[in-house]
Amino acid sequence: MRRLPWWLILAAAGTYAFLYVPLIVVVAYSFNNSRLNAEWVGFTLDWYRLLFQDEEMLRAARNSLFIALVSSGVATVLGTMAGLAMHRWRFRWLPLLVVTPVAMPEILLGVSLLVFFIQVLHLTLGMLSVVLAHITFSIGFVAIVVRARLAGMDESVFEAARDLGASPWQTFRLVTLPLILPAVVAGFLMAFTLSIDDFVITFFTAGVGVSTLPLQIYSMIKIAVTPEVNAVSTLLMLLTLVLVLAASRLDKGLMRAGR
Amino acid sequence: MSGKPDPRHTRPRGARLTKWVVTAPPTLFLLAFFLAPALIVLVASFQYPGEFGGLAPITNPGDGREHGLTLENYAFFFSDFLFAEIFVKSFTVAALSTLACLVLAYPVAWLIARSPRHHRDLLVLLVILPFASNFLIRVYAWMIILGPQQAVAQAVNGVLALFGLAPVNLLFSPFAVLVGMVYVHLPFMILPLYTNLEKHDPVLLDAAQDLGANAWRRFWRVTWPLSLPGVFSGSALVFIPVLGMFAVPDILGGTRDMLIGNLIKDQFLGVRDWPFGAALSILLTLAVLVLAGLAAWAARPRGAT
Repeated sequence: MRRLPWWLILAAAGTYAFLYVPLIVVVAYSFNNSRLNAEWVGFTLDWYRLLFQDEEMLRAARNSLFIALVSSGVATVLGTMAGLAMHRWRFRWLPLLVVTPVAMPEILLGVSLLVFFIQVLHLTLGMLSVVLAHITFSIGFVAIVVRARLAGMDESVFEAARDLGASPWQTFRLVTLPLILPAVVAGFLMAFTLSIDDFVITFFTAGVGVSTLPLQIYSMIKIAVTPEVNAVSTLLMLLTLVLVLAASRLDKGLMRAGR
Repeated sequence: MSGKPDPRHTRPRGARLTKWVVTAPPTLFLLAFFLAPALIVLVASFQYPGEFGGLAPITNPGDGREHGLTLENYAFFFSDFLFAEIFVKSFTVAALSTLACLVLAYPVAWLIARSPRHHRDLLVLLVILPFASNFLIRVYAWMIILGPQQAVAQAVNGVLALFGLAPVNLLFSPFAVLVGMVYVHLPFMILPLYTNLEKHDPVLLDAAQDLGANAWRRFWRVTWPLSLPGVFSGSALVFIPVLGMFAVPDILGGTRDMLIGNLIKDQFLGVRDWPFGAALSILLTLAVLVLAGLAAWAARPRGAT
């Protein structure tokens, strides 16, 4: 293998530093004994203590968890179906329908759902509208992961099951599902992470009825920045870190799903 | 097999049933919550605004209220130079962000692609991990770093002072918006570039070297042209979301750094002129479709690789 020039390694190291330093700064200031994120004063856990006494923040966290669980659950079922359908029957329109909501700027999906919910469904914005919106953008991610898994598989297994007289449901439950399960679980974790992290689409579909962690963080950033934001950010980072690591363990191909 | 029908006889009908049972639910859901809302925005862009926000009816409600369809929303867009200016500014920011991402991403993608196989997954994971943290947190981080009392601002202003220049504010500036955009979208550039560079055959570089090409010529004449499909798909993945982004200018920009996304957001949540917001959304969608089409065309697989 050709040796890499030193300046290339240096440039790459610089980019990795660019990726990590800002997050390290956020975490570090969450333990800083000062109201201002300006200079290091001393170690404290006060911001975390404050966080766990913040009723609004706790309610937002509960909402976020509930929305993420429900929407990623439904999106996993629908997304797995879409992945199976795209692989098995090769409809040309289905990938377009599944992938476009993912590929568009988020704001477009956000405003179109806002108009749709209010003008057509006459729905009061709240928990339900947010859950429906999150399902919409999560289906595509699950479908892509599941289809990628199916694409690498030996078709003869499914044919063998059919030839042995298994019904479509039996084939699915006893052969297909166990084989694609890692991708399904990885898709679920991905949808969960996306839901818990989503800001833009939630911003348009939540109305005044419901707050989530990202919405709460946004209003704190806009109105009064205190290191409490750093504390909640650090905990949220820890959560997504665990979820992403779990998902990438389950499905090696997940990282290359973009291919 | 007591009393069960022979599966061979039920298969054709069963297969068709399976096909619809599996395909229909996700399809119907996306038709209802993706396609229908998109079409409604298209229609809304030709409607009049309602008296108290929302949309005026299309058919005559019979009470003298404004109703029907109009081209006024699009005419309004083209009547004021301010809107064209915001579009141009958004495209400029998107282009600059894409370029900066490309410059930052290329060395990393190259490094990963040329690393021993067992290191690659770890290096890719290291790119994805910060990207997995909440988007607002990543923007907020720059709010701290670019703050007036931080080392970065002090250093920059220290240098400016040496040349007798007035201190500048890094935060709430177009510069901060650009940094935020690049930071948030960088992995979208690194990953497609890496998957492209990984596939290059090192023999080509050896051949170029044997023919007397120096390192620069080997890059410029071999690696770079071969990596263009990766460059184009990465560029689309950065350019398109930057174009619609409202939160980064909202948090890191000043009042004058408004982009298309902020303009659209204001129509729906601020001044509540839905039809004009819908028209802006349609114009943005058209821009995105043209760009995505161009990128797909530019990144199409070529026979020679």
